[in-house]
Amino acid sequence: MSDIKKFMYVNRKAPYGTIYALESLEVVLIGAAFEQDVALAFVDDGVYQLTKGQDTKGIGVKNFSPTYNALGDYDVNKIYVEKESLESRGLTVDDLMPLKYEDEDDDWAEKDSIHVVSSAELSEIMDQSDVVLSF
Amino acid sequence: MAMLHTVNKSPTDRNTLESCIRLAKKGGSVLLIEDGVYGAIKGAAKADVVSNAMSGLSFYVLGPDLKARGISEDKLIDGIKVVDYNGFVDLVTEHDTTQSWL
Repeated sequence: MSDIKKFMYVNRKAPYGTIYALESLEVVLIGAAFEQDVALAFVDDGVYQLTKGQDTKGIGVKNFSPTYNALGDYDVNKIYVEKESLESRGLTVDDLMPLKYEDEDDDWAEKDSIHVVSSAELSEIMDQSDVVLSF
Repeated sequence: MAMLHTVNKSPTDRNTLESCIRLAKKGGSVLLIEDGVYGAIKGAAKADVVSNAMSGLSFYVLGPDLKARGISEDKLIDGIKVVDYNGFVDLVTEHDTTQSWL
């Protein structure tokens, strides 16, 4: 029997206004060291965490958005963004950072980590998780 | 006497922006700051609430908070003015009172 569990981190808060987004990212990176099967979901205001072009110089807060690019190197490459959440915020996938990973089973081909999924699809993915952590 | 209202919560997380718009008196101003700047994006589900209120209220958004969140100015609802921190101070001095909606 395998010791690998399916972890899902659910992100529902905008960055910067509260500490949830940064805390979630840190927990994901720490958890990545334990070689579990990790997936991230971005729903509701959580989709704002992934917008490209974030520049926090003017507000004196650390811009942690480049760190999402490191997730692929930690084998965190299943990033699900709920389509309905994007649409109700006037956003499309083109407004998000193009997060990538290198697929070791496919000659290290560079592939997209972000998958835009419907509510119904995300519901199924969540249902198949062993552990769900909500931020 | 005109009042300045500041809103710092995302309109899709809390109903702060809608309450502010419902209760703000005509002739006043609304300044969106921090996560409140998400209320300035056009095409969003709550954008009509802002557009419809523009006949009676002036809307402003704090530029550094937009930049931090990766929102470019071409995504803003028409008629919202972008201000910097000095502009924020000017707005405070130009109004008689300030109400910080939390």
